Amino acid sequence: MANSAFSRPDMSGPQPVATTNVTTATVQRPPLLQTSSGEIPDRIFKSAITACGFAVLAVLILIVYELVRRSDLSWHAFGLKFFAGSDWDPVNEKFGALPFIYGTLVSSLVALVIAVPLAVGVAVFTTEMCPKALRGPLSFFVELLAAIPSVIYGLWAIFVLVPLLSGYVQPFLAKTFGWTGLFEGPPYGIGMLAAGIILAIMIVPIISSITREVLMVVPQHQREGVLALGATRWEMIRVGVLRNARAGIVGGIILGLGRALGETMAVTMVIGNRPEIAKSLFAPGYTMASVLANEFSEATGDVYLSALVEIGLALFIVTIIVNALARLLVWTVTRGQPARAHA
Amino acid sequence: MPESSVSNGKASVPPISLRRRATDHIMTGAATLTVVLVLAPLIAIFGYLVYRGIGSINWAFLTQLPKPVGETGGGMANAIVGSIFILAIASIIGVPFGIGAGIYLAEFGRNRFGGFIRFTADVLNGVPSIVIGIVAYSIVVLYQKHFSALAGGVALAIMMVPTICRTTEEMLLLVPQALREAAYGLGVPRWRTTLSIVLRTATSGVITGIMLAFARVAGETAPLLFTAFGNQFWNLRYDQPTAALPLQIFVYAISPYDEWHRLAWAGALVLIILIVTSVAAVRYVVRRGSFGAA
Repeated sequence: MANSAFSRPDMSGPQPVATTNVTTATVQRPPLLQTSSGEIPDRIFKSAITACGFAVLAVLILIVYELVRRSDLSWHAFGLKFFAGSDWDPVNEKFGALPFIYGTLVSSLVALVIAVPLAVGVAVFTTEMCPKALRGPLSFFVELLAAIPSVIYGLWAIFVLVPLLSGYVQPFLAKTFGWTGLFEGPPYGIGMLAAGIILAIMIVPIISSITREVLMVVPQHQREGVLALGATRWEMIRVGVLRNARAGIVGGIILGLGRALGETMAVTMVIGNRPEIAKSLFAPGYTMASVLANEFSEATGDVYLSALVEIGLALFIVTIIVNALARLLVWTVTRGQPARAHA
Repeated sequence: MPESSVSNGKASVPPISLRRRATDHIMTGAATLTVVLVLAPLIAIFGYLVYRGIGSINWAFLTQLPKPVGETGGGMANAIVGSIFILAIASIIGVPFGIGAGIYLAEFGRNRFGGFIRFTADVLNGVPSIVIGIVAYSIVVLYQKHFSALAGGVALAIMMVPTICRTTEEMLLLVPQALREAAYGLGVPRWRTTLSIVLRTATSGVITGIMLAFARVAGETAPLLFTAFGNQFWNLRYDQPTAALPLQIFVYAISPYDEWHRLAWAGALVLIILIVTSVAAVRYVVRRGSFGAA
């Protein structure tokens, strides 16, 4: 710290900017940068910090490496048929992951169908419709939903949502929409529908916060322009705001999907945990994440464990792709690039 | 509305048709309804948590070990302490790496490689927690030969890093460039500038990020299922299976016993209170402290 800067009389005093015309070129002094005392510590610091940056990458690589290594056995035993087979028989060491893939996809799809309109509606309401004073509290409360732990969602779902479903919602659905075949069978409450609904509640805050972010990036003059043409407020939102933010909203939805695919505890607690493929949403199912939660610590035998890790690997790959896609979409919008080219 | 007529000096705006006005009102109503529908479960969950949990939280719950099936009473003291223990391990591992990576991104990462790391952190953030559990299992549990608090801590640490890293970066970028230049101008080496000027200025923001990450992992159950595993008794050894509050709630919730359900609700209430107060407390301390920034 101690260097020639302190000995210069023109630097002491409360006029820091006014002295810019003092040219340092004429002053003869040793080059500060090369011999600065911070040289070696600086290098150490930079390498330590860079190592931390690398660690993030290393962790991701480690995840891939471990998953691939530990699922090797199952991959060699079953190959691609692993993802097409629907037998899950640990006793006879026959493993097919199709019921889990099906359960994961269907429960996430149900969640999206419920969550997307709600989340977009909330985002539109908070950015375009509600009084300014309500904006902060409203988004705070919606985001509070994201802070509730998964296991508490599950607990609530078991004791509140499931009885509600089996007592009121499912009989009603069976009576009105039973002909579609989606709502058949005994109304136990526990099953795909319950899992989808609880997932929907969990992903609404994600989708709505991304959507809100994207809507706020839409320039104000866009809204004013559409209003000036005589549009009503809804027409302004539809034409001037939502259409422009489309790519970003899709990004938010995909991000929500990524969360729903990997969600474990709440789903495990209400989906019924039976590896079957049934058309009805009332039927119990099983997801990739919940089979891991239930069976991983009890798996006996190398092939069994390896098959479970392979499910984990598949889940990992799918969520990575889904998340990367979502990030790219959100980026293109919030970075001000023309979003329509990617939409 | 093609014939927007301007006649004899007065601009006459054509009336908006009833259909368009009705649509406007309907959509406003629909948007309001979505807000109600989203906030309803929030209120229902918190309300039910307090309603079912409050009666069961007492001194015994907070200080006793779980009782075997059939006996009433008992508590989750070991799970509460275990949770704090695992979270402490996770923070010790995760916080330095997270802050370091954040500093890297903010101070040295303004290039292509930095962008790549940034993207990696975002992707890591989206990895399902159960998958991270598998990885912690295979890098810690398989070497130690049994479930342990350390394995749980490692899993949670991996989940903390991306959140801490990205918020740290954002907060450091808010620190004005002029501050760095002023420090360099005084001959302060770069590492000192970064640590005692930039990081110091952004302290409150960085701590907020840490708390966000903390709150996120405090309720995590999935990565602990086959790392910390759970334990019916006290344990404060890093290499032994350890009870954790979320795990205990899970086990009790899916059990068929009413007494255990009661304990699960009480545990859930304690967990939520733990999360909310830890966040609120740190916010309060940071806001009162001398480092005012962000």
